Formats: sequence, C-alpha cells, structure tokens
Amino acid sequence: MSIVLSIKNVDKTFGGLHALGDINLDIEEGKTHAIIGPNGAGKSTLLNCCIGRLIPDNGTVEFEGKNMIGMQPHEINHAGMVRVFQTPEIFPDLSVLQNVMIPALAKRDGIFKFNAFKSLSSEKALEADAIHILEDMGLGEHILKHAGSMSRGDKRRLELAMGLVQHPRLLLLDEPTAGMARHDTNRTIDLLKRIKERGMTKIIIEHDMHVVFSLADRISVLAQGRIIASGTPDEIRGNPKVQEAYLGGAEL
Amino acid sequence: MSMPLLRNDWVVMALFTAVVLSAPIWLSPVGAGYPDLLQKFAIFGIFAIGFNILFGLTGYLSFGHAVFLGIGSYTAVWSFKLLTMNVIPAVVLATLLAGVFAVVIGFLSLRRSGIYFSILTLAFAQMSYNLAYSVLTPITNGETGLQLTMDDPRVFDSATTEGLPSTTLFGMDMSGYPGFYFCAVLLIIAFFISLRIFRSPFGLKLRAIKSNQTRMRYTGFNTKPYLLTAFVISGMYAGLAGSLMAITDPLAGAERMQWTASGEVVLMTILGGAGTLLGPLLGSSIIKYFENIFSALNDGQLHEIFAFLPDWLENIVVAIAGEFVGDGWHLTLGLLFMIVVIFLPGGVVEGIRRASAFVRNMFNKSATDESELSAEKE
Amino acid sequence: MDAILLQILNGLDKGGAYALIALGLTLVFGTLGVVNFAHGALFMLGAFCAVTVQKILTLSLKVKDESITFFDAYKEQPYLELWFGDFGTKIIDWSVPISIVIAIPIMLLIGLAMERGLIRHFYKRPHADQILVTFGLAIVMQEIIKSFFGANPIPTPAPEIVAGSAPIGVLLGLGESVVYPWWRLIYLLFSGVVIFAVFAFLQFTTFGMVVRAGMHDRETVGLLGINVERRFTIVFGIAAVVAGLAGVMYVPILPPDYHMGMDFLVLSFVVVVVGGMGSLGGAVAAGFLLGILQSFASMNEIKDIIPGIDQIIIYLVAVVIILVRPRGLMGRKGVMED
Repeated sequence: MSIVLSIKNVDKTFGGLHALGDINLDIEEGKTHAIIGPNGAGKSTLLNCCIGRLIPDNGTVEFEGKNMIGMQPHEINHAGMVRVFQTPEIFPDLSVLQNVMIPALAKRDGIFKFNAFKSLSSEKALEADAIHILEDMGLGEHILKHAGSMSRGDKRRLELAMGLVQHPRLLLLDEPTAGMARHDTNRTIDLLKRIKERGMTKIIIEHDMHVVFSLADRISVLAQGRIIASGTPDEIRGNPKVQEAYLGGAEL
Repeated sequence: MSMPLLRNDWVVMALFTAVVLSAPIWLSPVGAGYPDLLQKFAIFGIFAIGFNILFGLTGYLSFGHAVFLGIGSYTAVWSFKLLTMNVIPAVVLATLLAGVFAVVIGFLSLRRSGIYFSILTLAFAQMSYNLAYSVLTPITNGETGLQLTMDDPRVFDSATTEGLPSTTLFGMDMSGYPGFYFCAVLLIIAFFISLRIFRSPFGLKLRAIKSNQTRMRYTGFNTKPYLLTAFVISGMYAGLAGSLMAITDPLAGAERMQWTASGEVVLMTILGGAGTLLGPLLGSSIIKYFENIFSALNDGQLHEIFAFLPDWLENIVVAIAGEFVGDGWHLTLGLLFMIVVIFLPGGVVEGIRRASAFVRNMFNKSATDESELSAEKE
Repeated sequence: MDAILLQILNGLDKGGAYALIALGLTLVFGTLGVVNFAHGALFMLGAFCAVTVQKILTLSLKVKDESITFFDAYKEQPYLELWFGDFGTKIIDWSVPISIVIAIPIMLLIGLAMERGLIRHFYKRPHADQILVTFGLAIVMQEIIKSFFGANPIPTPAPEIVAGSAPIGVLLGLGESVVYPWWRLIYLLFSGVVIFAVFAFLQFTTFGMVVRAGMHDRETVGLLGINVERRFTIVFGIAAVVAGLAGVMYVPILPPDYHMGMDFLVLSFVVVVVGGMGSLGGAVAAGFLLGILQSFASMNEIKDIIPGIDQIIIYLVAVVIILVRPRGLMGRKGVMED
C-alpha cells in the first residue's frame, strides 16, 4: 500500500495555546481514515493545516511525496486534495447545478482559463457528470433551485457533491453528517461506502461513532492537540487510553 | 429570459441588432429619434455594459472607472491630432491604452476587496483627474481641454486648407446618422461580447466569485487573474466609450475623469439592474433620455404642460416641478437613485420581472379560482 | 526653519477640518457599521448654516443713501443696523460665531432625521448599498443647497477683530516674517476643543462607554440588553453636529459652495482609511498628518523636485497605506483587513 498523505511533526500554537503538538500521521491509499476526539482537540486545525488555510509552525504535510506547506489553497486543490466544509460553504446566489459546475470547471480549467467565448450550455460532459453526482446525492430534483434557499441538510449534501465532482485523490470530510437527521445520516454513510468501493482515499473528522465505525479502516484519536492512539477500529475500541481520555471511561 | 428561443445567442443578437439599428424609427415618437441623443445612448450603453462586467458579475464596486473614459477621449483626440481624422485608429488606440492603464490600476486595486477596493479606485481616479488639470497640461491642455488646432501634423491626412477637419470613417463624415450607426455597430459588438461572457464558463466563475470568494480559492481557483481580466475588459469598454465621445465632438476635458462621472456609470448600472444583460443599457438610456428632456425644460414649458390645471394649482405645481428640471435635473437624478437603491435593488429589470410575475400570478389565480368554483358546483 | 513651521501651521487648520469630518465618519462606521457617503454633505450643510445666519442677519431695507446728494440714490441697510445701530453692526460682524449656536440644534435634527429615516434601514444591507444610497442622498442635499444659494461660492467673513494675522513669529522668536491668520489659529483651537469634547464624552460618560464597547464588539453589547438602536441614532446625531461645526467654522477660510462636501468627503475617507477604519484616535492623527503633508507638498522646493506632488500626495499616501498596511496607522488588527 502506498502512502497518499504523510503528516510529519506538525506543530501549531495560537498565542500561548498549543493547538497541535508533534502530529505524525500516514494515510494509505484507498483507505478511509477517521480522526476523532473531543471538542477542541485540534481536529479542524489539523485539517486546515492540510489544505493551506493555516500554516503550521513546524513540520511538513506531504501529499503524494510533495510538501504542501506554503502552497496556496487553490494549488493544493489542484494537487488533488479537496476539502468538504463542515458549515456549508456554497455559492448561495447560484443554482444547485451551477454550484457543482464550478468545482468541475476548476478541475478541468486549472487555476486560470479565459474561456469567455465558449458557451456554458456546450459543456455537456461536465454537466452530465455534475447531474449524475447530484442524483447520487439525492439532489436530482433540485438542480435548478437557488442553492441559498435549500435546507441545511440539502446544503450539506451539495457540499459533498461539490467535493466529489472533482474526483479528488484525497477527500477531507469535516463532520459530513453533523446536524443531519438519522435517515439522512444513513443515506450519507451508504454513499460514502460506495465512494470507498471506487477506491477514493478519505479522511473523515466525525463525532458520530456510528458513522466512524461503519466507515473507517483506521482511526486516530486526537486529544489536546496530540495523537494518543492510532489503529484499526477494533484496536481503538479496546484501547483503555482512548476510553479514558476521550470517552471518560464509557464503553464504546 | 424564460423563453427557450432567447437561450440561443444568435436569436438574441438578431433581435438586439434589429432593435438598435431601427432605434431612429421607433424612438422618434418619444422625441429621441435624432442622432445626437441616440449616439449618447450607444456610448453610455457601452460604458455601462462594460462596467457591469466588473460590478454586476464580480460585485467589485469601482468608483474610478471614469479614468478610463478620460484616457479613451484623450487618446482619440491625440490620434486625430497626430495621425489622422479617421476614427478607426482612434478607437483602437484608445481601447488598447485604456486597457494598459486598467492592467496597472486593476492589479494594484484588486489586492484589496470591499470598501478598500472602492477607495483605491477612487484614489487613482482622483490622482489622474488632479494631474490632468495640473502637471499633465502639455498632454491634456488643462482646463481648456484638448482640442484640434489648425497646425496639428495629422501625418496620414492630406493638408486641409479651410477650417478644422471633422472625424471620418475612410472619408465618410462622422456627423449625424453615420456617426450614430458607427457607435451602434460598436454597441452591438460590445453587447455580443458581454452576452458571450455572461453565458460562458468564465462568466459563471465571475459570478461565483461574487457569491463566495473564499470558497472559490478552496475550489481550486486563483481568483485574482479572473478579477483582473474582468477589470481590464470593463476598463477597455470605458476607453472605447471615451473615444466615441471624442468622435462626436473632438474635445477631451479632465472633468470626464471626475469621480462624479464614475458615480454616474454606477448609477446607470444600478438603475437598470446590475448583473443583468440588458439592465445597464436600459439604465444608461433612461438616464440620458430624461437628462435630455428634463434639463431642457424651463418654467415656460412647464406652464404649457400643466395648463390644464386651474391657475393657482398650476402655479404651485410648476413651482415645485421647476426645482426638478433644468439645472435641477441632478436633484431628480439623486432622488431617483435613492429610490432605486431603497426600494428596487435589482433595478428596472427586476421591476419588470416582478411586474410580469405579478400579472402572471393574477391570471393563474383567477384561473384557479374559476376551477375551484366549478368544482364546488359539481 | 520659518518656512517649515509655517507649513506645519498651514497644514494644521486644514488638518483640523479633515480630523473633524473623519472623526464623525469613523464614529458612524465603527458603531453603526455604515459607510456614509453623505457625511461630506453634512459638512457642507454646516457651512451653509453659517451662510443662512449671515443672510438672515443682513436682511435689509432699501433706504435713501444720504451721502449722495446730487441724485436720488438708494442703498440697502440691514434691519439690525436700523433697529440697534452699532450694536446691530456688531451682531452682523459676528455672524459666523453666532451660527455655531444655531448650527448645533439644526445639525443634530438633520442627523437624527437622517438616521431614523434612511440609515437605519441600511444596517444589514451590504456596504455597496450603503455607499450608493448615501451617495444619492449627498447629491440630493447638494442640489437642494444649489437651488437655494446658487452655484457660486459665497464669501462669509470672520469678525473684523480677527481679520488680520497673528504675529506668531514674534511670539515664538522667529522673526516678524512668520505670521498666521487669526481665524486659522482659532479654527485650529476650535477643532482641538471639539475633538477633546468628543473624546471626553466617549471616555467619561456611561453613554460613551457603551458606544466604545459597541465599536469593539457590537453583537455582545446588543446581547447585554442595552438599547443599541437609540444610541446609534444619537451617535449619528453627534457625528452630524461635529461635521456641521467643522463646516460652520471653515466658512471664513473657504467661501462655501454646494459641492464643497464632496471635495472634502473623498479626502476624509482617505483620512479614515489612513488612520484605520473604526479608530477614532487614528482618524484625528491622520487628519492632522495629512493636512501637514499636503501643505508641505505645496512648497515650491518640493514641487520642483516632484512636479504635481501637491495634487496627489493625499491619495498617494492612501494607496500606499491600503496596500501595505490595510488596517491603517492605528486600526485594530483584523478590522476590515481583507
């Protein structure tokens, strides 16, 4: 198995606060790697360090052998590492289909392309792919809707579609089911399982243990900015240290 | 744009061309069917259409676009002075030079967004305006304005002996209707380019920047070059419009660069509907049309208009209305502007859309009412 | 050395006007979050308060001119002179300082009406909309003034007693060549007093404390259950009064015309940005700084080196500041830095 993403010795402090301390993590190709931990453990900070929103004080983030530190967010995106946001960061003034067309265009056109004289309606291939993914997400009947007027749950799914349409090498999911109703959560799990079958590598940050244990191949536990345990779901389930620090001793 | 036919660019362009070229006919009943005014519609239409590509699509509010208008005018007049009275080189050079300036000003201004962007563009405009009045006098001729003189070299033209020459298109005099049709053709081209941009992937990306710029960065776009391209295109439109002004009247003054002129194009775009295809052209034509009518009215004419009223009422109405016409036209404009921003942020186009939706609803409602009634009968 | 001192002094009175306008602008922006393009128009309205007061005081009766004996000549004599004699003349002479008393309630009313009637409805709208609607309002205000007072500048002199120049060169031991118009000196002192009053008000009253807290963190103050809205209205009124007073007192320095507000507005925005959006101290400091810079740039020695610098210096400073240090000289980190 080859390593897709390799995080080495990453440190990050805010003011005096140690948000991340000496993080080392390897993500294997085709695997779904979950990062769990209590609130404020540094999960989102770690994700932000990967996609260029934050720059770590120390350490490297190597994606397919290339250091991503100091690269612009859009460059990291083009390298193949794509993030799906926790709070929906969509384009509220555009239609649902256009919301998915934008990342699809980004994937095809690169960082900049002046295609001002091409007609948007001639982009049949991209459009078909976008519609296919939206239907996959159960958003098929909404494609012409104003994205800003959708429900929160639909926006979350649109977020996911925007990430998937880029067919990334590595997908970073920040709490993909937070705030979803049970049946929506199950639907999302099914969907993510299907993506997994296609061999897409994923990092998932999640609170919902049901989601974590139904999807993850490996789990890393973050507490107070440090990784206290890493292993298969079974290893983590049985790890007393994890139960101590994270679950307060409760049985998983 | 609900009709499927209007989705086809060529249908839209055919309609647009027909409407523009026949404007002298169908605008004459409202007193606008003469070349001077029609030419103004076309020129300010181009200016506003270009401004809309920046403001309407990306949401970046420039308060300094009049600079490019001024640069266009100066360049055109210099082309008439040094090269030839033919309008083609003037138009081409003006558009290009405005583009060059737009690259510089845009590159610097686009390093910031929001109010800071507006203030940066405003600062550049004010600097250009002040310099045009002072140290750049050798180029701009200061307060007098740059104009043609008898001893201009005009290297490509044969020397004229009598009076100042007028602008031509390969020998065709550019005053009157030929002047309008020249501007009209450029307006059609300008509109066509704008239409293609609006309906292109590029245009969609610009709209996405307006909607959520941060997200664009994480979606894999470098937004700066997109914004700069939009800025430069709109600057070139302004330069083109500026050169066309000089064709109508070969005179360029610094007041064309003043920030009130920049404010005017903002107003036109907003009034018509920022971000819509036709809005800016509608807005600029409405403003120029009413400016033409209102600023020419005087109290005598007002008395004629309101002669049907009883005398005492007529005097009151005329006294009030008198404040809004003639020199008071700007007051009307300011009020109009406020009303549009307060009540109709989408401009005239949005107003038309709402009105038509309202009418459609009325019909639908009466239709459903009837069916309900008939259902009850059964 | 004399020249340098003189330039500093020359810059200070202009700087005082910039500082006063920018103070109100940034107060409104910091508390209400509104970008007010009509703020310059308030300055202009203040100036025209002074003009109006002078016009009213000099309402005249046509009387026979006794000094001309060989034909019937008439001259206009103000009622005040007819009624009160020399005392009336004095009142007319002092019209500008008298205007201050009248301008305060008028400007306060205008400010309150403006906030209640218009600005309030734009708190939640985007900055672009705020800019546009207040820009429209500024046009309306200046056109109304134009229709009443015409397009030409109206000279409105200061009291005769302060018409001359202060021999400050002698006072400071720099020789008699350094003189400075009394009125400019008064303007400088006046702006200092107004600025001090505004700061004292914000510093030492409960109201001021809430306003400062609101500038720091609007949402929290709202959550504390304090009636923020009413305070916003009053803040806007204060800003209008400050701008108006700046205008009243500026009349003897620059005969007012209807578009003086726009000219000052653009500069004041630059001042606000240079000082740092939402920073009151920054606005004042930048106002004086830019006033002085401008007056240095108008020195012939400097213009010889960089031609045209006097025309663009302020904008140039603004561009450099926005590009290099967008939070301005004294702005807080993270406020409008994007």
